[in-house]
Parts: sequence; structure tokens; C-alpha cells
Amino acid sequence: MTDLEGFRAETRAWLDANCPAEMRTPIKSDDDVCWGGRKAELTEAQRLWLDRMGARGWTVPEWPAEYGGGGLSKDEAKVLADELRRIRARSPLASFGIWMLGPALLKYGNEAQKKEHLPRIARGEIRWCQGYSEPGAGSDLASLRTSAILDGDDYVVNGQKVWTSYADKADWIFCLVRTDPTVAKHLGISFLLFDMDSPGVSTSPIKLISGASPFCQTFFDNVRVPKQNLMGQAGKGWDIAKYLLTHEREMIGGSDSTGGGMRDGVSQIAKRQIGLDAAILADTGLRTDIVRHEINAWAFALTMERVKDEAKAGQGVGALSSMLKYYGTELNKDRLQLLMSINGSDGLTWDGEGERDGDLARNWLRTRANSIEGGTSEINLNIIAKRVLELPGA
Amino acid sequence: MALVLSDDQKMIRDSADGFFKTEAPVAQHRQLRDTADATGFDRNVWAKMADMGFAGVLVPEEHGGAGFGHVAAGLIMEAMGRNLSAAPMLSTGILGVTALNAAGTPEQQAKYLPLIAQGQRLLALAADEAARHNPAHVTTTATPSGNGFKLNGVKGFVLDGHVADTLIVAARTGGDDKDPDGITLFLVDAKAAGVDVERRSMVDSRNAARITLTDVQVDGADVLGPVGGGFAILETVLDAGRACLAAEMLGVSSESFDRTIDYLKQRDQFGVKIGSFQALQHRAAHLFCEVELARSATLRALTALDARDERATMFASLAKAKSGEVAKLATNEGVQMHGGIGMTDDFDIGFYMKRARAAQETFGDIAFHGDRLARLMGY
Repeated sequence: MTDLEGFRAETRAWLDANCPAEMRTPIKSDDDVCWGGRKAELTEAQRLWLDRMGARGWTVPEWPAEYGGGGLSKDEAKVLADELRRIRARSPLASFGIWMLGPALLKYGNEAQKKEHLPRIARGEIRWCQGYSEPGAGSDLASLRTSAILDGDDYVVNGQKVWTSYADKADWIFCLVRTDPTVAKHLGISFLLFDMDSPGVSTSPIKLISGASPFCQTFFDNVRVPKQNLMGQAGKGWDIAKYLLTHEREMIGGSDSTGGGMRDGVSQIAKRQIGLDAAILADTGLRTDIVRHEINAWAFALTMERVKDEAKAGQGVGALSSMLKYYGTELNKDRLQLLMSINGSDGLTWDGEGERDGDLARNWLRTRANSIEGGTSEINLNIIAKRVLELPGA
Repeated sequence: MALVLSDDQKMIRDSADGFFKTEAPVAQHRQLRDTADATGFDRNVWAKMADMGFAGVLVPEEHGGAGFGHVAAGLIMEAMGRNLSAAPMLSTGILGVTALNAAGTPEQQAKYLPLIAQGQRLLALAADEAARHNPAHVTTTATPSGNGFKLNGVKGFVLDGHVADTLIVAARTGGDDKDPDGITLFLVDAKAAGVDVERRSMVDSRNAARITLTDVQVDGADVLGPVGGGFAILETVLDAGRACLAAEMLGVSSESFDRTIDYLKQRDQFGVKIGSFQALQHRAAHLFCEVELARSATLRALTALDARDERATMFASLAKAKSGEVAKLATNEGVQMHGGIGMTDDFDIGFYMKRARAAQETFGDIAFHGDRLARLMGY
């Protein structure tokens, strides 16, 4: 216990000395998020904060130190998280490498791959994107067709991916490819890592209804990938894909931007926007909708808390990532729809003079993708029905 | 306040599950109904519940109770919900004990608590008057008389009022009809002159009495808590009841859900198991998530009560609202997915829907608690 208190004191002192003041202010928009990578244009403060945290391995506190992590115990990592929250520090790095690829590399990667990639992920040197969905293989992901054929020491990759988040800004891709078209669809898939600057890779953004384009189409035309970039065994990529998807679903469903309890309480915003009449919200219909939403959001936040507590106590809740993904994203859509109602015509502003004009409408439209990306709500309900409830197949 | 059961609590859960499945299963509930049993529960079971420490789960050890706390009380109620076990647990073990713990004088506590823990005295809370729960709505009057008060009024929906030895009556010593101030609680002997108890059988085959008080004389020593300050105590008592009812509804929901999932795996239509239909799979999977949410909210309310967290009031409302809504969904879906057989009296699933409805109405539904939460959060 004293060790942990010592660690807390040390951590607090270090953060006080090393977290730049600008990194202790709330994030205003997506532009404030630091994704790192070769093409990153960071502010001075972002750069300092990322470098300092990366050098300590504190962007990935629980990863082993030999792979660029902090080597912290669960309890120490919790102390670090507490202390970061205490000073309202921004996350030094947002990263698919940390959230998704890293855990898969730790489990399935060989030693050389871990040594090559994990430290760079930890320091934010390489930004990764995920090559999963294809035009003909969205929810039915395993029917993907992008091919990788072994030619000497290289795989030659041909095909097309779609909905590749930030592919135009990424340095490397972790990509599902078909290495054997002659076997059952789940068995012929492999997991390849390659540089987006490889000859034959091209991307084009897809503009969304929100007006933004976080997603891209990605094309592979005879891209040569050294065969040592195969992760795991050839034909066993589907297992890695599924493992990684559980991390993605937890990330989408459980992240602060979705569901997430009473943060930015909808009711508090409503109070400011609409005002009170005899101590209750001056729109009683909306008040009922808001409180029902908040009851669900709160119960959902408590469920995430319970799941964490149970995991700590060594109890598992099966197919939990699907539950979090499904419920969290549905809640988040509900939240943004309520915020649109609360703001009325103000929320409809698309372009204007104000700094925040268009943000709400764009956020509302963006949330519509939450229940589609990373496995649709329907796919996640299928997973719960089959894996948790063990209902029969058709 | 980790949201995880301790080893002791897991033992209580397991023993409660085993106890009610054996001693007070749904079949007993059916038999009590079919015989129009005068008591409405099995007194032997209640005696055994006292032996197990269930009746005195909230009674402090110095008064002969188990002193296990609210999480344990909730686990017992959850097991009762799963088995639809009838027993005066809520009325006596939760509401009665909480009232005495919160406001009883040392004499009152010494007089009642040991007997409650031994299963030898039953209490009932006579608070509600209006059909829809509204604890501040009290028109029953308490007028000074002798060294005490004279009570007049009518109380509806008094749970276990037909068997109670002692009533906890909310009456007005001041204020207007719906004023939280001016309410006083009294411990009233159910056999006292002027107490008229009319048993009402409810849709869930449980019992609630309508109690008429006509010039009932109570002694000054029978005032529970401060004169005129009874509402705060009533809220404390009701919050414990709400959290425990949330736990009971969680039991109702999870058992109804489990039975329904089993049925989906067995029942053939169109040459396949109906559980293979995606329309039913998605509803079942959604329901699974909802039951998990109700479980989290309920556990938080119970842990908050044990920790004397100032937010316990909010969490009790959250749990009652969420668990009630989920119990409604789980039992409605249970009956619907069972199809025609779900509508028959021979089949048990309908009992769960009836109990869910009654528990949902008791001490406030989602509309009541939604409004309460909104007020607590200032909107």
C-alpha cells in the first residue's frame, strides 16, 4: 500500500512538472486530438506531451517495458489514470495502434514484429489504419475478397477496402486478405501489416452526411508485402480479426463519446437552453424524454463500472464487448437526437460566423455511423443471441 | 463501493437461491392462490427465514439480527422474485426494520427488533392513500388526545396489512394535504380499538389491506421519530423498500428471461426451433442487455444504502425506475414469446407478469421516479 502511495506522489510530481498547461484544457473539437504518426502536424505542447509520456511508456501504461510500455501493474495504471484525471490532462495520443492492433500484436505477433511495431505505437511514431470492410463484405466480413498471393518472399496484394478510417492520414495498415480462395471463407483469411507508402496503395476519402470524411476507400494494385509481415499463421487471420474486433467494440461502445453516464449531462444543457418554470424544465414533454435517457445512460455507465469491477475480481461477463457496443452506440444516438431537440433551430446551423457553428449537427450526423461501424447493432445482437444466449442457428 | 459481491454476499446469494427454490417455489405460490389461503404465505417458511437470518437481515446484531445490510437484503429479495416466494419480507424485514433503525427510540427498538428477527412479529407500513404513489399525500389526521393522539383516516394498499401485528401509520399533525411537513409516524397495534382491516387480494395474488382508522387512540410513546418530521423518515424507509423491490423485480426479470430463452430453444414451428428466428433473437439479445443494466443499477442502490452514501436516494430512484421498466419488458416479452401457452393459467410465466406489474406500482413507477430524479438534479 505504501508503495502505491509513493508511486502516486511521484506520479503527481512528474505530471505537474511535465504536462504542459495547454494540455490541461478541455478538447474543443476533433482538431485537438493528437493521433501522432509520420504526417502529424502537432502543436508545440502536443509534441512535448506526447514525447514525454511516450518516453515513460505511459501512453500504454500496462504494456511491458521491453515493448515501449510503462510496465505498470493494474493498480499503478489506475493511479496514473486518476492523477491524469485530477489535472484534467488530455490524452497524449489517440491511436488505433494502442486500442486495437497493440493487444492483437501482444497476443498473436512474433517477437520480431512486437519489437518492431509496439514501441513505435507507444511513442506515436506510426499511425495505423484498419483494412477490414470491403464493398461486398461489410457485416458479412468473412466474405472479403482482397487477395494476397505469395510470390517469392512477398505477398502480392490486390483488391479494395472501404470505410478505412483515416486511411489518408495513416502510415501503416493492418489488413485482412484472402490467401486461400479454395477453403471455407473463414479459413482462407490472413492478417497482413504493411506500409501505406508501398507502391500500389492509394486512398480516396468518402464524404459523409456530416460533411466530414473520416473514412476512405483504399485500393491495392499489386502491392508487394514482405512475407515476414504476416501476423500469426496464414489462414488463421480470422481469429486475430475477431480478437481485435472485441477491442474495437469496447472502444466504440465504452468510449467517452458514447453513452458514458452523466458526462455533459443532457439535462444540464437543457436547463441552460430551455430554462426552468416553477423549478422544472419548461418543456415537460422533453423533460420526460431526457430523464428516461439519463436513467438508461446512468444504468449503462454503472454496467461498465460493474464489468470492470468484476474483471478485477476475476469474473468474466461473456460477449460483453457486443453488449457495450450495441447499447452504448444506441444510447449515444439517442443523446445527440435529444441535444438536437433541445437546441431547436440553433442546432440546425451548418455554416456561420460562430466558432462552434455546425458542430452539433455534424456530431449528430456522425453518431449515426456508431451503430454501423465496428459491427452493426444487428450483428452485435446476433453475437449476443448466439454466444451468450446460445440460441439455435437458422 | 465496488460493484461486485463479496465472498460473504455470494454465500448469502447461494443460500437464498437454494432456500426459496426448495421452500417457497412458484408451485407454492400457485397453491396459496388456489386455496385462497387466509394468511397468503406459509408461516413455517417465515419461521425458517428467521432461522436463516433473512427476517433479521437488516436488524443490528445487538438486537438479535444478522446485520448483513442492504446488498444481502437485495439478494434475498432477488431470490424471492425468481421464485415468486410470498413472505412478509418487504413489509416487516425491510420497511418495518428500516423505520425502527432510522427513528425508533431505544425502547421501541428493544421492543420490536428482536421479535422481528425471530419471526415473531409482523409489521406493515400504512402510508399510501392515493392510488398512484405519493408519500406526501397524507390526509389521515392525528389530533392531540390524552398523552398521545387520536388517528382518523383511510389507508389503501397496505402490504401485508391483513396479518400485521403492528402498523406504522403516517398521519398528519400539521400542514396541508400534500405538504411534506407536518407528517408524523406512529406505531399502532393492529388489534387496537377503531382499527378496521379489510383484506384485498391483488392481481399477483399477494395481499394488501385497506385500513380504516376511526378514533384510534395512540400513546405518546408510540410516536416514531419527531412529531411533524415523519416525511424524511418515510423517505428513508421507502428508499430501502424501493431498492429491495428493484432487486425483487430483477429476480422476476431474470427468471422470466431464463424461462423464455429455454422455451425459444425447445419450441418448434415451421419445422425449426423458434429461437432460430432473427426477429426473436434480436429482442432476446436486447432484453439480455436491459436485464444487465437493471442489475447494475440495483446493485449500486443497495451498496449506496450500505455505505450511507448521500446519493442513495438518487440511486434508489434510478434502480426502481430502471428495474421496473425492465421487469415490464421482460415479462411482457416472456408472455408474448411463449405464444398461446403463455396466456394460460396452467403455465407459470403469466405469474411473473402479474408480480412485475404489482411491484412496479408499489412505491413509484418509472414516471414517479423519473420526476423525482429530475427534481433531485434540478430540472
